[in-house]
Amino acid sequence: MDDTGTVVAFYLLSAITISSALGVVVVRNLIHAVVFLILSFVGVAGLYITLSADFIAVTQVLIYAGAVSVLILFAIVLTPTGDRGNQETFLRLPALLLALLVAFTLGYVAIDTDWAISDREGFQQTASVIGEALLDKYVLPFEIASVLLLVAMMGAILLVRPDSAMEGK
Amino acid sequence: MSVDLEHYLIVGAILFSIGLYLALAKRNFVGVLMGIELMFNAVNLTFVAFSRFVQSPNPLDGHVFVVFVITVAAAEAATALALAVLLYRVRATINVDQIDLLKW
Repeated sequence: MDDTGTVVAFYLLSAITISSALGVVVVRNLIHAVVFLILSFVGVAGLYITLSADFIAVTQVLIYAGAVSVLILFAIVLTPTGDRGNQETFLRLPALLLALLVAFTLGYVAIDTDWAISDREGFQQTASVIGEALLDKYVLPFEIASVLLLVAMMGAILLVRPDSAMEGK
Repeated sequence: MSVDLEHYLIVGAILFSIGLYLALAKRNFVGVLMGIELMFNAVNLTFVAFSRFVQSPNPLDGHVFVVFVITVAAAEAATALALAVLLYRVRATINVDQIDLLKW
């Protein structure tokens, strides 16, 4: 992790990720906020690549930058006369204080703790090892995750059906 | 000059705090959801950083956990956005400060 390219990539990607996350906070238009959110997701994917996590990086681009952000855009488009602004509620100041407190606490713990750092190199291949672990050691959580996705999909369809009993009429 | 575990942990902490602020302070339901997604991302980044740098017999278990977190986050996003659309149909607003039926 000592070559200059990795260091430059880390600082550049961190700057992109954090500044676009701040963009989600300050931008006043909700659609623009989603665009900044996508940029932040892509920045995190780049950070995964600097950690030699290639499979997770590709998954991040596919699921977060692709699927989840399109889902968020759909939710905005399906609420046509809803509020398009990105304002804060009265909780703005307490939330700011709490977020700063969490940031300083987590940062202090990260710096102060003596982590058991290993001197191993970056991973050579991750996808095959993850695949074997998913079908061997973690096969039960893997199957439960498939059931969870099915239930979430059915729940989402049932909730937004036009003749849904949830609409109370 | 090198990039260590602490650098990634600090980036994760900042990202988590921004997500926390969004989730707590935004008026729009979709803005709250964007904050939650950012917090998921910060946690995943921390998982992958620990998996890369810390001593472990199976270092890639952190990656497997991230795969599960992404799965659950996708399920959460689908359900929550369906709830947002339903809320809009019933109350014609998705501002969380106007959804106060339970307020005494």
